Amino acid sequence: MSSVVRPYGDTTGDGRVQVSFTLPVPFGTEEERAVAEGAALQLAGKMGLDPALVVHAKGMGPSFTFFIVYGRVSHLVDLSAITVTPREYPVLPAAEVNLRIRSALGRKLVVVGATIGTDAHTVGIDAILNVKGHAGEKGLEYYREIRVVNMGSQVSVPDLVARARAEEADAVLVSQVVTQRDAHLSNTQEMATAFRLAMGDERPLLVAGGPRFDPNAAEGLGVDRLFGRGTTPREVASYLVHALAPEPDSEEVA
Amino acid sequence: MSKLNLDPALVRQARELATAAGEPIVRLARTHTTVSVERAVLRLAGLDGADEDGMPWVNRLADAIRETTGLEHGVALPAWDAMVTGNYPDLRTLAMDAAAGKVQFRLPGGEERETARRAAGRFVEKGLNTIDERRGERDRLLASIGDPPKPWIYLIVATGDIYEDIPQAQAAAREGADIIAVIRSTGQSLLDYVPEGATREGYAGTYATRENFRLMRAALDETSRELGRYVRLTNYASGLCMPEIAALAGLERLDMMLNDCMYGIIFRDINPIRTFIDQRFSRQVHARAGIIINTGEDNYLTTADAVDAAHTVVVSQLLNEYFAHEAGLPDKLLGLGHAFEINPAVPDSFLLELAHALLIRELFPDAPLKYMPPTKHMTGNVFAGYLLDAFFNLCGVMTDQSIILIGMMTEGIHTPFLSDRDLALENVRYVRDAAGRLGESFVPAPDGFVAERARRVLGESIDLLKKIGADGLLTAIGEGTFGVTRRPADGGRGLDGVIERADEYWNPAISELEASQ
Repeated sequence: MSSVVRPYGDTTGDGRVQVSFTLPVPFGTEEERAVAEGAALQLAGKMGLDPALVVHAKGMGPSFTFFIVYGRVSHLVDLSAITVTPREYPVLPAAEVNLRIRSALGRKLVVVGATIGTDAHTVGIDAILNVKGHAGEKGLEYYREIRVVNMGSQVSVPDLVARARAEEADAVLVSQVVTQRDAHLSNTQEMATAFRLAMGDERPLLVAGGPRFDPNAAEGLGVDRLFGRGTTPREVASYLVHALAPEPDSEEVA
Repeated sequence: MSKLNLDPALVRQARELATAAGEPIVRLARTHTTVSVERAVLRLAGLDGADEDGMPWVNRLADAIRETTGLEHGVALPAWDAMVTGNYPDLRTLAMDAAAGKVQFRLPGGEERETARRAAGRFVEKGLNTIDERRGERDRLLASIGDPPKPWIYLIVATGDIYEDIPQAQAAAREGADIIAVIRSTGQSLLDYVPEGATREGYAGTYATRENFRLMRAALDETSRELGRYVRLTNYASGLCMPEIAALAGLERLDMMLNDCMYGIIFRDINPIRTFIDQRFSRQVHARAGIIINTGEDNYLTTADAVDAAHTVVVSQLLNEYFAHEAGLPDKLLGLGHAFEINPAVPDSFLLELAHALLIRELFPDAPLKYMPPTKHMTGNVFAGYLLDAFFNLCGVMTDQSIILIGMMTEGIHTPFLSDRDLALENVRYVRDAAGRLGESFVPAPDGFVAERARRVLGESIDLLKKIGADGLLTAIGEGTFGVTRRPADGGRGLDGVIERADEYWNPAISELEASQ
């Protein structure tokens, strides 16, 4: 396979794409319409669509117009220039997760989960923790060797730290859905700092997840792992055993 | 006319079971009060404003009374006794002195008690009269400007800044919205006070304050006149300040309020007992104000599976109906909620949705049902999402739903773009114009899949109601019956604000609201 590709419409290499956008221009009189379409074409051209065709334009209220544009891009995509961080651990079936915990820890692995800050969404944390699970996979509560404490939403950081300590948590899972003013980032940082100050090296494994997290940003936020959109409970469980319950015969090399 | 051949005896049985399950809760609400119920009395009596830290005077006054005489007798007798004996010109001056520790509160007896009662009664009556005037105003505007036909199209604005919300709400109304809901800042449900004034800072929503209510209602009145149809305004009487927000909504002529009997318990971890007490009072106020309540059963389906948990929606609706009737709300003010949340990959998913929507329509023929669009199975494929929303709209018009929240194909991706909203409205307009009268010609086969499914969900609802009746509703909530979330009666936030009423408890608002029911 060639390492250079272009978008595919109906023929290899035709470069055809579709975009839609709104411009703050009126779409009333004939002249306004002509100006609006011209504006859309100009933007499409600057985006690299050449030739471009406005296939749909519709005025929305007195001062906005919505466009759908098809066009041909000349850009080339170089697949060899893409780097993907490989998952550093295998995704395991539930039985193996349980087995690994039993043999490595000899007790249940304790997970405390919460949505912190003002974020009231429990969808994310529930999808990972509740037996019901997500995407056809059962949540962590379903794993016999994992004990789950789900604190729900709008939990304060001090409460989370106190509970993690009281439950002797091996890992703390935090979900953040609301991203207004980057609240998900500041909340996660605040949580990581609080654990560091309260427990130092004795702190539990810190994991945060939510639709807008960049999995590569964990270190900068002071947590051990970030999970982004579409993460399943099994991936989280597999990561937990990878980090906390290593295989008995695999010596960690520093 | 029933299209599902529901057995009337079964429907009656379901209602009787819901009543039996709800009665012990109402007894609890009749024998307890909460800090927020007492503060709502002060708000109805006209106490507004906040101290320099932003803490409302109603909180300051109620706290001062709680620390001295306690609130088990209600806030009214000690407050107005202090007003009369201290010759205070108004409640705010009293609250300021009380906050500074300068007032000696006591529980008056004999003639002084009657004097305090009369004074408190006069103040609270004034607030209730304002609510009555607002209700009359709404009736006149509906008559003179015009009431849009159902289904009403419901759109949300949520910028965090009331001055941004206003033009967005007006634009949404011009684009076709019949109802504007201003989503609250996510933290507000857990605040044990109502913020003051116009606010410009909120997370994923705008604070519910009296001034924000007033500003938005005034703006929508202007737009309603321009459009020739009355645009309704919605907010949230939920969270720890449910009773106070209900009072403010009545005073500022909001038209609908989210008000669910169990939502705060399950999704905000608010103590169940606190919620039920607050809820009863808030619904009494809504009944007086002619405000349509919206219940939150749709939320269960965002955590639980929409097929497996369909009967929990019906059970919750029956409970919401019982609690609402008990608080004086008639059927026409019961915006019972449900949702189109079945996984589209499930075979016959649309038939299942039709069955559920039709069942609810037939169980509650006179209620303005609120139907919520798919959110859980909006995957980011906006094209497939647009199709799913069209099916949702079709199910809504086929089953005569009254309030339709507009589905967004970009649900879960971002706050809707202007174009998302415009396309979503185009979707619902097309379906309404193309198939709006399909309901009259659509009758499911008597023993077909849809009718069978509806009957089965009703049967499962009755089974669950029997279990709740046997175990008690608080136990059922504690065991995770609704929304797969366990909420024990002694857990959650706000339990410390629950107070058992003493024999001499007196609340001028409740006395008047119950007398007028």
